[in-house]
Amino acid sequence: MNRALPYLLLLPASLFLLVFFFYPFGLVVVESLTRGGEWTTENFTRMTGHWKFSTAFWNTIWLTAIVVPVQLIMALAMASVVQKLKTGRAGLLYIFAIPLGISDLAAGLVWLAIFEQSGFLNSILHAFGVIDRPQLYLGYQSLWVIFLAVCLAEIWRATAIMMVIIVAGMGLIPKEYNEAAEVFGASAWQRFTRVTLPLLRPSLQTALILRILMAFEVFAVVMALGGTTLPVLMGETFQWQFQLQDRGVAAAYAMVILGLSVAFSLVVLRLLHVPKGARI
Amino acid sequence: MSDVTIPGPRREEVNRAGRFLFGAGIALLVLWVLVPIWFLFVNALSAPSEVTGFPKRFWPSFDLASVRFFWNFQGVTNALWNSIKVAVLTMILSIGMGAPAGYALSRFDFPGKEFFRVLVIMTRAFPLPLLALPLAVMFIRTGLDDTVLGLALVHAMLALPFAVLITFSLFSGIPVELEEAAWTLGCTRLQAFVKVVLPLALPGIAASAVFAFVISWNEVFAAAVLTIENRTLTAFLLQSLNVSPLPLKFAGGAALVLPALIFIFAVRKYLFAMWGIANR
Amino acid sequence: MAEIVIKGVAKQFGAFTALHSVDLTIADQEFMVLLGASGCGKTTLLRIIAGLEAPSQGEVWIGGRRVDHLPPRARGIAMVFQNYAVFPHLTVFENIAFGLRMANMPQAEVERRVTRTAELMHIGQLLKRYSGELSGGQRQRVAVARALAMEPDVILMDEPLSNLDALLRLEMRAELKGVLAQSKTTTIYVTHDQVEAMSLADRISVMNGGYIVQADRPTEVYRNPAARFVGSFIGNPPMNFLPASPDGAGRWRVAGRVFDGPHAEAAEFAIRPEDLQAASDGLNAEVRVVEPLGPHTLITAEVAGQPFRAVLESDRQVAPGDVITLAPVPDRIRWFDPETHKAIA
Repeated sequence: MNRALPYLLLLPASLFLLVFFFYPFGLVVVESLTRGGEWTTENFTRMTGHWKFSTAFWNTIWLTAIVVPVQLIMALAMASVVQKLKTGRAGLLYIFAIPLGISDLAAGLVWLAIFEQSGFLNSILHAFGVIDRPQLYLGYQSLWVIFLAVCLAEIWRATAIMMVIIVAGMGLIPKEYNEAAEVFGASAWQRFTRVTLPLLRPSLQTALILRILMAFEVFAVVMALGGTTLPVLMGETFQWQFQLQDRGVAAAYAMVILGLSVAFSLVVLRLLHVPKGARI
Repeated sequence: MSDVTIPGPRREEVNRAGRFLFGAGIALLVLWVLVPIWFLFVNALSAPSEVTGFPKRFWPSFDLASVRFFWNFQGVTNALWNSIKVAVLTMILSIGMGAPAGYALSRFDFPGKEFFRVLVIMTRAFPLPLLALPLAVMFIRTGLDDTVLGLALVHAMLALPFAVLITFSLFSGIPVELEEAAWTLGCTRLQAFVKVVLPLALPGIAASAVFAFVISWNEVFAAAVLTIENRTLTAFLLQSLNVSPLPLKFAGGAALVLPALIFIFAVRKYLFAMWGIANR
Repeated sequence: MAEIVIKGVAKQFGAFTALHSVDLTIADQEFMVLLGASGCGKTTLLRIIAGLEAPSQGEVWIGGRRVDHLPPRARGIAMVFQNYAVFPHLTVFENIAFGLRMANMPQAEVERRVTRTAELMHIGQLLKRYSGELSGGQRQRVAVARALAMEPDVILMDEPLSNLDALLRLEMRAELKGVLAQSKTTTIYVTHDQVEAMSLADRISVMNGGYIVQADRPTEVYRNPAARFVGSFIGNPPMNFLPASPDGAGRWRVAGRVFDGPHAEAAEFAIRPEDLQAASDGLNAEVRVVEPLGPHTLITAEVAGQPFRAVLESDRQVAPGDVITLAPVPDRIRWFDPETHKAIA
């Protein structure tokens, strides 16, 4: 009985993973490689052949490449600030963590309130006398503004998750290491780069992997701010599945997102590898 | 020692300037997080004519016409109710399956344990919302398509890895000796769990349940793919982005954000504990 | 009546053998201490007796009943844990009452027993508090009271004093001895502290590498170690050992001096540091370190190239570099087999 107990406890979760994780992912792979019941790469050729594919691909990549580093720095700054604080720590942490609970769709709508034509950006600029008529920002003529708005919304929304992981990770580092470094003459900056950051690697791994994955899945923010004007991979997946009713190509898109996610996860794991004996 | 001491007044000045910068930095970050949310609520709590008007005031008029418009809009209450149902189901499913697994991981050593743990962690390297694509087909076959349960199953898959890892760390934080002491004092394994472990773990389990609720509440992609008639609030808002007037979007956005604010506040004590261990 | 009999109990954790076939009998109402360094298997043995760990082989009998297949709750034992394991969500009262409530005892009896054991452990005024409001020493008392309230046949204690500071440990040690003697239970007490073992035990089982090396009365274990390990583990400072070469039948040459010894193929000479006297005739020792400890002075010296310690009267003036002569008290000399490390009678 006792020997079987752990397996019994794991059974529901394992079965669930099997049915709702492994099986469907198998299905995606099969679906992306078949068309009308035959094995083919046509889904992929159709996908890459479509004019929106490379735009969607590069938009997603650029978005990730710009947003993630900015967020990493902001999250580290927020975490360090919080760490230094003696009073009001809990309150500040709560405020910083708020966007964690906000969906990408809501974040998109939040920034829509700022960027739309009768929005707050125009109102602020008007109040300062910079403009006298509201400007159109989110039109297809100014794609880069949409891109910028998406970047801002993403940075605003998803920095919190990295901050929380990093704060939690910093909490696991005993104060003594920093104190020891201080005694040996390290400045605050040196302590940060030579003690805190290296010891933080496991947390940075988690934070980066989660965040990069979320960046590849960017969808609702873009829909809210730019509709389909600014194509991204997840948005195209949705379009093919829903509007064009072509599940094969949607599955091919899914494979691209999946491939990017796994590849970048491995890269992060490799770059921030911590040898087993060197963990806290 | 004396030769490195900076003369009193100058050091004080440096300190004061430093403190000012530090305070300004904090204020800036707080504004960065809060002001966009403020704008959303200003819009939601103003009359539709004010929302589309220009220039805008930065203070809500507390005219509830937008909210009423949103509330009475065809399908909104239904979507809201669906969102709640799906989220509650997600919460029950993910904790119901995740907590036993977390307990097994924290309390037993058994062959295959590491395999399961890695498996769960690995799911994080996959873009889980994509699961909705193949599952859409599977659900049509099983009659789960466009149902609250079907979507809740997918959301439970999103929340399950977190539920497992979070409860794993929660249970690991409760010393085994407490349970062992209960056994020596006459408890069966189940009694010891109910009388000793559960009371100690309950607040944490509640926090992770809330977290599962938020994951489901905020999810857009799978909800949009898997529901047509029984849309959740996120799916409803996404599908009507092109057609719905601005006041509806902003009131909807506020409706999405408000519960998130409350929930994050409710679990704020556990956020960091939960993420700290999710690293390992 | 709760005699404990352990028959051929062994425990493997994967490839690691924590216990090699252990046999031990503990008499009713006896105070048995399991003594050894960390990793020697003492805690594993205790946990097997408690039922918290299943033995890989062997049998455990408590009070004439075979219990190794029974869960802890059915063994008639109570246990005090190293970190006390006082339930944080219950008051002191409810902690002590926990086991009684599990046994469905009537409320009046629960109250009577809780009050009595709380008085006994001097925590009567703390009954309404929670564990978080108690000091380490107070938690320790709650843990002991919780075990005593069960009025068990057997109390198992896993290093119960090791988390207390030195002074408190001394106080609790004396108190535990009194309380447990009164309670007439059989006690098994695990510790790595030899002083604790000597002061509490009726018998000590010295464990090493998963074996019980010697199980005997404290003075026996101290005076007549059954193996070299016991001599080197018990006693502070531990026993001195010197190589010996045969010098005729029953005579051995040690560091240039000849002693009467056993009739054996080979032997190793051993003497406790306090069984040495500064004399004109004895082993030549070159003093390396002198540590005055108050009542006496500890000398670390070198004899025939081997480190050698002696405890001398504190009024003796010795300085590092001095060469002194140390005479072993003849009837305190012990001999060990250099191959098996067992004592030679």
